[in-house]
Amino acid sequence: MSTTDEIASQLADMIVVENVRKAFDGRSVLDGVNIRFTRGKVSSLVGPSGGGKSTLLRCINGLERFDAGRIEVGGLSLGPSKRARPSRAERATLRAIRLKAGMVFQQYGLFSHMTAVENVMEAPVHVRGVGLADARQRALHLLEQVGLSHRRDAFPRELSGGEQQRVAIARALAMDPEALLLDEPTSALDPDRKAEVVRVLRNLAKGGATMIIVTHEAAVVREIADHAVCLRDGRVVSEGKPSEVL
Amino acid sequence: MPTIVRVHAISRREASLRLTSGRGASKIPHVARLRAILFGLVTALTVLLACGGTAPAPALGRIRAAGVLRWGGDIQGGEPYVYDDPARPGHLVGFEVEIAEAIARELGVRAEFVQNDWSHLVPSLERGTFDVILNGLEVTESRVGRVRFTRPYYAFAERLMARADEPAMKPELLALKGRKVGTLANSLAFEMLRGTADTVVYDGVEEPYADLVSGRTDAVLLDDIIAARYGAPKPELRVVGDLREGYYAVAVRPSESDLAESVDSALAKIAASGELQLILDKNHLWNERQGKLASWSTAQQRAMLGTPPPPPPLGPAHALLFLQGAGITLLVSTLAMSLAIPLGLLLSLARLYGGAAVARLASAYVEIYRGTPVLLQLYLLYYGLAPVLKLSALAAAVIGLGMNYAAYEAEVYRAGIQAVPKAQLESALALGMTTRLSLRRVVLPQALRHAIPNVTNDFIALLKDSSLVSVITVVELTKQMTITAIDVRTWMGPGLLCASLYFAMSYPLGRIARRLERKLEGEREAEEAT
Repeated sequence: MSTTDEIASQLADMIVVENVRKAFDGRSVLDGVNIRFTRGKVSSLVGPSGGGKSTLLRCINGLERFDAGRIEVGGLSLGPSKRARPSRAERATLRAIRLKAGMVFQQYGLFSHMTAVENVMEAPVHVRGVGLADARQRALHLLEQVGLSHRRDAFPRELSGGEQQRVAIARALAMDPEALLLDEPTSALDPDRKAEVVRVLRNLAKGGATMIIVTHEAAVVREIADHAVCLRDGRVVSEGKPSEVL
Repeated sequence: MPTIVRVHAISRREASLRLTSGRGASKIPHVARLRAILFGLVTALTVLLACGGTAPAPALGRIRAAGVLRWGGDIQGGEPYVYDDPARPGHLVGFEVEIAEAIARELGVRAEFVQNDWSHLVPSLERGTFDVILNGLEVTESRVGRVRFTRPYYAFAERLMARADEPAMKPELLALKGRKVGTLANSLAFEMLRGTADTVVYDGVEEPYADLVSGRTDAVLLDDIIAARYGAPKPELRVVGDLREGYYAVAVRPSESDLAESVDSALAKIAASGELQLILDKNHLWNERQGKLASWSTAQQRAMLGTPPPPPPLGPAHALLFLQGAGITLLVSTLAMSLAIPLGLLLSLARLYGGAAVARLASAYVEIYRGTPVLLQLYLLYYGLAPVLKLSALAAAVIGLGMNYAAYEAEVYRAGIQAVPKAQLESALALGMTTRLSLRRVVLPQALRHAIPNVTNDFIALLKDSSLVSVITVVELTKQMTITAIDVRTWMGPGLLCASLYFAMSYPLGRIARRLERKLEGEREAEEAT
């Protein structure tokens, strides 16, 4: 019976962070972090600037490597590495992890030379090998979902910040990730644009998406998150319901 | 005929100029050419003004009052003309030093040497930098129209050399019809060969013989002094024979006939007394050909000078040659850029994304090619590699310029790649793309677009830098201009024609580059605003 419980909890834990440590130039950024992120829940990483939230998120996605500990994403395990260039095997693991956990950045990172719909189609076509027509249909559907059907042929420079962020979310969703990692998705936006993005995220949450949101903004946490983790000086200082942690 | 030696010296000087001019290894060289053109234009203006000016003052009186005869020459011409005494650096020796001192002594003054680039000796004489030229200036038709020559102090022969294993070559000008013959631009030999042989022109004296040995040419026609020093020592070559005689004489400004007559009588005295023979003998230059110098008659002088035909006007035939030159310039530049663009892209990717060893190699390539003169690179590629890799002149020009410009393009692309926001590359990786796919689909399309204005600007610079390939015998637009300028005896027309052709090629490109730049700037601003 305990075995079934274990399996159940493993299935429930989408992302597991175990005793992860990381230092930049001798300064500790993550100092033994342990967190379990539950499947189908929205978790929020909060805390002061420099507390290690964004770094942890980037470690989960493999954009940053860590010095010690272990990270598991949907059953794929990633260990520490000091090498600047990952080995061939590591690269394959990293790519597999990234396909499971999509990422949205504070600065959107839309491809400047592609229109909104091309941005969303890009990875399905070139990474998954989806046919152009299918990819386009799916991309248009996703753009509709984030309320941007009418902007599908606009280039990023022609879109507002909020619109760009919504395209970025659609782009990440196009790869059908098991989880979505969002790094300060609303920080660069004015209040009206923030509301647009938060609305999209809330809809995703209702649909049962697994999300980890790094944010400074209490309102966003209260509105969307099921669970909150506060990181300070590279350590988890509190964890629980958003209202408790805040 | 030290013509050759001197021109060689100048190219070396240009090389050192390039070496010391900062970024410039490949960006600056055209400055040297431009300087030559400007110098020519300014000189032409000066001459025009001088012609309408004051009546000539008695030159001899001026020289005697100063107590000095200033004679112009170029030390870099080397042995046996005027050169630094290897045993006593800073002290000049050479048969021309001794002749100048003898002439000055006869005039009752002392001789003072004035250093001047050999190719600018005549313009410098015209503008009054010195009193006379005494530096292996050969009596040619085009020069007779510009300066007043005294009686000769040396008689040379135009010597034809060929490979020793080709005994069929005959010592006749007509036998050279259609053959590839090396010589120096604007020399007496160059004028002789025009219209007969397929002339290959050089700036230095070593190279014609080196190319003859390696089979790039069929023969070399140059002064016997040069042939004896640079051609004859090569066992692979043989002397075919001498085609005609020529003379070195002192050049004086045409307006200063009193000085010309005094130098003439001084030379006559030195020749008659046997002093000239002593000087030439001492320098191993005396031969039976010099015998007539002692009893030089006015009839011989007239025959030597000939009746120079009026300079041909700059006509449609020249314009056609210029267009051909511009065609070569465009061809060399376009092909070189087509090589530089992919090679530069490869280098920039190697520097940014290659392993440590690959990145270091690419950096070394860029630094070496940017840190050494492109002129030197062309020399090494064409002459240095000749024993193992015999490239044609055009191929060497394209490869040499292309490899040099690749180093600059690599930096342009590197800047373009680094200008793509990091968030875009990370987004691509986060979407599961490999680094290679991210580069191909996301980074490079944007980086190349950002690089277009700079690449266009570099192409404009390359159009002008391509004038350097004349050192490896490619006759492009600038070389055509210098050849024509001496032919028609003025720099003004050919200079303006040449400049307008360069301008016609580069101005539209400059406009396109600026327009693209503005467009990209607008897009960037729009991106930053969101």
